[in-house]
Amino acid sequence: MNLIEVKNCYKVYNNGVTAVADFNVSIERGEFVFVIGASGSGKSTFIKMLYREERPTSGRVDVGGINVARLRNSKVYKLRRKIGIVFQDFKLLPKLTVYENVAFALEAIGMHTKEIRPKVIKALENVGLKDKARSFPNQLSGGEQQRVCIARAIVNNPKLLICDEPTGNLDPDISNEIVNILEKINKDSGTTIIMATHDREIVERMKKRVLLIDNGVLAKDYAKGSYKVHESN
Amino acid sequence: MKAIRILTRGIRDAFKSVFRNFSLSTAAITCSSITLILVAVAMVISYNVKNITSDLERELTIVVYLKEDRTEDQVQKLLKDLETMPNVEDKVYKNKEEWKLEMKSYSDTFSQALDFLETNPLLDSITITVKDVNHLKETTEQIKKYDFVSSADYGEGMAENLVAVFNVVEKVTIIIVVALILVTAFLIGNTIKLTIFSRRGEIDIMRLVGASNISIRLPFIFEGLILGILGSIIPILVTIYGYILLYDHFNGYLFTQIIRLVEPFNFILYVSGALAIIGAIIGMFGSYRAVRRYLKI
Repeated sequence: MNLIEVKNCYKVYNNGVTAVADFNVSIERGEFVFVIGASGSGKSTFIKMLYREERPTSGRVDVGGINVARLRNSKVYKLRRKIGIVFQDFKLLPKLTVYENVAFALEAIGMHTKEIRPKVIKALENVGLKDKARSFPNQLSGGEQQRVCIARAIVNNPKLLICDEPTGNLDPDISNEIVNILEKINKDSGTTIIMATHDREIVERMKKRVLLIDNGVLAKDYAKGSYKVHESN
Repeated sequence: MKAIRILTRGIRDAFKSVFRNFSLSTAAITCSSITLILVAVAMVISYNVKNITSDLERELTIVVYLKEDRTEDQVQKLLKDLETMPNVEDKVYKNKEEWKLEMKSYSDTFSQALDFLETNPLLDSITITVKDVNHLKETTEQIKKYDFVSSADYGEGMAENLVAVFNVVEKVTIIIVVALILVTAFLIGNTIKLTIFSRRGEIDIMRLVGASNISIRLPFIFEGLILGILGSIIPILVTIYGYILLYDHFNGYLFTQIIRLVEPFNFILYVSGALAIIGAIIGMFGSYRAVRRYLKI
């Protein structure tokens, strides 16, 4: 069974804007998929529907066997525990240290303190930030902050990692570093990764499956390695 | 186990938040202290008024005089009937000979005057205390129906007015107490609303990483509880020391010997307990409402 199954999905906002129309896509377990498209193309809406920040107006969005469209507000946490989310603006808590920021994700779901420690240390190792565990976010560079955010997203071993423009605020070198970390996570633990981005250089270099969204519809679904920057422009 | 962990973390986070948002907490505690002091004052007044009313009500009696020509059987019948009347609490029967003896003991003049008369001019009487003064009138009317009853009085007008006035005072103080409690709930709810806004980032992340609604809400509800209890400390001290001072100053009576104050113990302990419970409940209620409204989860 596919991890993500989107069928005839529509999203119309209250103000009448149709953000996503007749969307159909399936993503298998262990895939690494880029989602690209201009601003306002519906890319963000699609990503947000995957973690039930937005609800589809009609159609089906299945994530890990959960029908997101019919998921009640009070049950959203069941979906969220299966996925990790990385944001452009990091969303770290400034008053907590790196370690505490990552541990916060496990504390929030009621995990025992004894179980939390090894998991947090392993996640920080995976993103190469074990030495900075006691630092506060404002003592870190942008790239390091994003790595903390990734550590927090993977600490609970999610099946799916959703990255909403994780390199949007970072310079090219650091962006590459982040994407390399994501690729490593994808290879090592088989985590499915969906990454929305504007950075087409990276998308071409990585040679992964690419979904191009335009005007709310899936304009093109490039198979692994078939995406070229100059062709799509 | 997990539930206990969520609970203890909720309590820990609530304490952290109270101290972290110190100025906000102080504002909420001060506001609820002030309103709870007013609640305490209203409670003390209301209870004292109730006490005075029941004191006065206990003094209200129906005095029945029997006619000169009543027979012994009739007296016995009336006494028996009174026992079956639902509103009659107690009755004291005194025949005219007993009255004569009592009056003679008052003064020599009375004694000589009564001796001078050939027949006893006095009448038999029954003094009746009732269970519910609101039905004083009906009971009196019922007794008046006996044809050998000369008169039955209960201080018409005066007694009723007094009871009516006190009833109104009692109701007004209860309304004031309820209104103040609502105000306090609103104030604490507002404070919680502000803490929710100041912790929006934290809440967003909790939601994103899959914290259940209960574990997000719990710290705020505990915070309300803590604020409510802290807010009731000063009012409790004010009640205890203030009332003892007042009681001692007036020697237990207010203005006249008729208005007797309620004794401080255990009365103030009950009021203090009530204040702590009111503080805790409205704190929780206020924050629960704020959490429901402002955490759209």
